[in-house]
Amino acid sequence: MPALAFDTAHLLAGGLVLVSFILLYQDRLSSLLTIYALHATLLAGSVAWQAEVQNAPHLYVTAAIALGFKAIVIPVSLRHIVIRLGIHREIENVVGTGLTMLGGMGLVALSMVVMLKAAAMADPLAREDLAFALAVVLLGLLLMVTRRNAVSQVVGFMSLENGLVLAATGAKGMPLVVEISVAFSILIAFIVIGIFLFRIRERFDTVDVQALDRFRGELR
Amino acid sequence: MIAPFADTLPAVLLIPVAAAALLAILPGYRFGAGLNVAASFLTLLAALALFTGVRPEPGGYLFIDDLNIVFIVLNNFVGFTTSVFSATYIGHELRTGRVTARHLRFYHAMYQMLLFAMNLALVANNIGVMWVSVELATLTTVIMVGLYRTHEALEAAWKYFILGSVGIGLALFGTIIVYVAAQAVIGAGEESMVWTSLVAHAAAFDPALLNVAFVFLLLGYGTKVGLAPLHAWLPDAHAEGPTPISAVLSGLLLNVALYAVLRFKILMAANAAAVAPGPLMVTMGLGSALFASLMLYRRRDIKRMFAYSSIEHMGIITFAFGMGGPLANFAGLLHMTMHSLTKSGIFFAVGHIAQVKGTQRIAEIGGLTESHPWLGWGLVLGVVAIAGLPPLGIFTSEFLVVSATFGRAPLLALLLVAVLLIAFGALLLRLNGLAFGAPRGNSAPAEASYVPMFIHLSLVLVAGFYLPGALVAWFQHVSALLG
Repeated sequence: MPALAFDTAHLLAGGLVLVSFILLYQDRLSSLLTIYALHATLLAGSVAWQAEVQNAPHLYVTAAIALGFKAIVIPVSLRHIVIRLGIHREIENVVGTGLTMLGGMGLVALSMVVMLKAAAMADPLAREDLAFALAVVLLGLLLMVTRRNAVSQVVGFMSLENGLVLAATGAKGMPLVVEISVAFSILIAFIVIGIFLFRIRERFDTVDVQALDRFRGELR
Repeated sequence: MIAPFADTLPAVLLIPVAAAALLAILPGYRFGAGLNVAASFLTLLAALALFTGVRPEPGGYLFIDDLNIVFIVLNNFVGFTTSVFSATYIGHELRTGRVTARHLRFYHAMYQMLLFAMNLALVANNIGVMWVSVELATLTTVIMVGLYRTHEALEAAWKYFILGSVGIGLALFGTIIVYVAAQAVIGAGEESMVWTSLVAHAAAFDPALLNVAFVFLLLGYGTKVGLAPLHAWLPDAHAEGPTPISAVLSGLLLNVALYAVLRFKILMAANAAAVAPGPLMVTMGLGSALFASLMLYRRRDIKRMFAYSSIEHMGIITFAFGMGGPLANFAGLLHMTMHSLTKSGIFFAVGHIAQVKGTQRIAEIGGLTESHPWLGWGLVLGVVAIAGLPPLGIFTSEFLVVSATFGRAPLLALLLVAVLLIAFGALLLRLNGLAFGAPRGNSAPAEASYVPMFIHLSLVLVAGFYLPGALVAWFQHVSALLG
């Protein structure tokens, strides 16, 4: 049974890394949001499995938040915003897809090397989980730096947060305070982002961050 | 006499929260500004009372010790003087139509939320709570930086938000790894996130995990300190937000993030097998200081220039704490205090200067000592202080940093002196144009309260001549704690 527990956790966490890769090469906002919903669903599955394995029922709450809020509410409302702004067309990538994917592979290799070595003494389930979580976090960062569009940067940030939740649930018995707060912080972050998007819409009719760059303080 | 003050710790947190709630619902900017000042003053009193009271036992979430009390008092003192400055500043902003009355209500509520978040980060005895409160402080300042809703303000707020979130994400990852390391020794549950028990058991933690965690924590919280290479948000956020926020950012929020780094440094030091955190902090600190001092030369915006000066000084402070040892830690603490007081004092002056001149561009500001003697000489005093000239307080602390370094790493000390001289040159060069010569540019009569600015600057001046024995003894004690 422990072997099954371990393998399933491995499968789900590994799936999260894979979906992070899929996020990297989406060039349409609407498909980016769909894949993000898949990302959050996998996270919910992974968290729920950890709750089962660790016999920690409070983790089901985190799983439910991931499923309800991150996999459904956020993608739906972001899609709503995107359509209302009329920007559900292509998104420009700063670097080419091939280069981004290569960079992503490098980051995943890096996180495996670092975490598997550093956490050699820790319990194997936590160790693998941390390694995958770091990979998801770094891929989220990569997504954020390779995109110029505000909405896709937000998606990158949210996939980064998913990696953090994965790490937090993998750490055995980490107090509930933190999980709730992570979920809460995403809520707050989303509100902030919402305000921003609306303000940007008010002023520019675009959510392309590059349009903002032109107004850099010192280039006046 | 002592008994009534026994436990003002909750008050330090509850007053700002209550004030934030009140400010959010009550209309009227005059009233709001007054309430803001009153609440900040009460919080300052509660913070000062922490010195006199019997210290409560460290709880699972909150605690007071000799280190954080210094930060709390400094935090609330500058919070209070800035609220006084803000009261005169925002009236002008409202009249010129840069903000509406509704925005101001929001602004005052957010100001108190920010004070609450910073106080909570300082008194937190739990690495999770500390993380949450630093994140809360970041979000409130993001909103305030975007207050003016101009293109520049939005871009600054967006950049701050993105970089701040990245930093905070990295810090959370580090926090989780610390928990994983602690959990193997202390056992699963709350206890493995409590500072006091973490430090007590740190010797038995897995050093490899602690090393990885510290790298993430230093990068994550270092983003908030404004250390290069993740400093890019800082100049924009300082330049485009309301000036009281620039003062609070430079004077306080950077310190709070540094406090988090210091806490984890103490944790690392308690484990003999873990890598020494000092060299990492020395490298990042010196790198940031060098970078920022070079960047000072090309600034055209007055607030942006002082923002780079903040990066430089935070770099020097991180450097001093990275060197470690009683003398360097003492110098770091003193420099941090002096920098907070001076830099917020400078921003008080700069805020009024930008208002009377109607611009922040250095090229359009000149001859201030002639057109506005109080503001002009206030700025001169502030810049002379921040550039590290004797006899002001920053000279003392920088001298201590340099001399503490000379004994142990002469080459690093030389590099540090070079950084100080580069920054010194840039600041005096700009000061000459800003303060002296014939008045340039628009000019409106100043309607400002100079009290907060001169209180800060005279404290710095006094500290250059004389430090009270009790303060020195306290700082020495804290320096020993920092290891």
